[in-house]
Amino acid sequence: MSLQEELIGPPPAKLIVENVSKWFRTTRQTVHALDNVSLNIGEGEFVCLVGPSGCGKSTLLDIISGLETPDEGVVMADNEPVLNPGRHRLVMFQESALFPWLDVTGNVMFGLKLKPGLTNKERLEIAKFFIQLVGLEKFSAAHVHELSGGMKQRVALARALAPNPRVLLMDEPFAALDALTREQLYSDIQRIWQKRRKTIVFVTHNVREAVCLADCVILFSRNPGRIREQFDIRLPRPRDINSVELAEHSGEITRALKGHSAGEVSDS
Amino acid sequence: MKRTLLATIFFLVLLVIWSVIVQAKIWSPILLPSPQSVGEYLLGAARDGTLLQATGVTVRRLVVGYLIGIAIGLPLGLLTSAWKFVEDTIGVLALGLQTLPSVCWIPLALLWFGQTESAMLFVVVMGTVWSVVIATDTGVRNIPPIFARAARTMGSSGLHKWTKVILPASLPYLVSGMKQGWAFAWRSLMAAEIYVTILTGFGLGHLLHYGRELHAMDQVIGVMLVIVLIGLLTDKILFAPIERFLHQRWGTGLR
Repeated sequence: MSLQEELIGPPPAKLIVENVSKWFRTTRQTVHALDNVSLNIGEGEFVCLVGPSGCGKSTLLDIISGLETPDEGVVMADNEPVLNPGRHRLVMFQESALFPWLDVTGNVMFGLKLKPGLTNKERLEIAKFFIQLVGLEKFSAAHVHELSGGMKQRVALARALAPNPRVLLMDEPFAALDALTREQLYSDIQRIWQKRRKTIVFVTHNVREAVCLADCVILFSRNPGRIREQFDIRLPRPRDINSVELAEHSGEITRALKGHSAGEVSDS
Repeated sequence: MKRTLLATIFFLVLLVIWSVIVQAKIWSPILLPSPQSVGEYLLGAARDGTLLQATGVTVRRLVVGYLIGIAIGLPLGLLTSAWKFVEDTIGVLALGLQTLPSVCWIPLALLWFGQTESAMLFVVVMGTVWSVVIATDTGVRNIPPIFARAARTMGSSGLHKWTKVILPASLPYLVSGMKQGWAFAWRSLMAAEIYVTILTGFGLGHLLHYGRELHAMDQVIGVMLVIVLIGLLTDKILFAPIERFLHQRWGTGLR
């Protein structure tokens, strides 16, 4: 693959989640994290999983990434069952999970070095390209602890994008950031996503964030974790998190979320 | 600059206090020699070569024993952290033997190896290896699991995971483990040199021992000073740069 092709990348993948269930058993109790969850995510679609904490949305993300295996059901990525983690589906975690023993370039290179078929010169060029894409070219030799929280997540984004995965999985990546930094990252991520189409699954408990980013918001409820409702968001992009239309959509979803939580209480 | 000055003043004051106590003649000069007589002993021993030779012998034993200890301890520590079976066997053994003061190995070493270099080396290795095993094991267990998860998603596994993620991630613990191993090696060697009389090399511990036999307190204190100095120097020359590097990378130890 030439460098140019490498930078354009393979087409995004289609994800199918089929009847996935998961239990977590400890000596004291068993938690039914996911109950018969099925989901179709199209190629290049941006999907947000939203729900109260403990609804299994992060667990589902782990299963899609291959870090966890489902007790029942299967996840298919482009008609291949997901059995292990693989570099076609990269993950961005809530904490940046950057490696402190490497500098920014070293971190972005980490996944690239595991990718065959590239020379080291090409890898370095790709790393530079993505560091520039997230706007950190001045910090390419910085140590991790010298970066702010927002910068760390940018590096984590560059690290996840650099090996050119077909799917990007994001587990509350902006939850620990301040509001201003977050807003900047919302526009960054939309810009980058439009430039480099990936299938994105994004977990959050922030409804506004979900509406701002997603084509489709999927609402989870807990005990056991189930899909409650699905909302298609057909707002033009780029979206501004403070816009009125966006607020209307998120209001609707928030009401649905509260309704389910209330129902949950009366059910039990 | 100011720090160096303050430190110098501190040590000068210590010397002065020592002199004053000697001048006051509270204890017999046989028990507490003056700083001058200790200095004269050190100068004399340095001139006729005994000190340099003894230091050379001791440091060689120390370095060889320490390196063997690390070479055995580090892989064992990795194994105990990776496999439950090794943890339950070697790990428990290491934990037990680590609590055994290294002096306790000397009778066994003497019976097994006689009054030889091997006995000396054996004691040093036994003093070092178990603490290195424990430190390595602790280091690997303290790696945030998020590092391993991130590495797995990017396709790192097997040998790559161990060399590129687990070892560097546990580096701060490994270095403090190695430092601790060094201190243990040093202690074991001094015990061995004081208790094991051999003819193949006359180390600092022997000098110390014979100082006592000859009631030469200036020699005893002089050699003790040399031992302390070697400990200080290795810390400043060997470990301090590594720790500085780690602090820079990890952003720790800031004041």
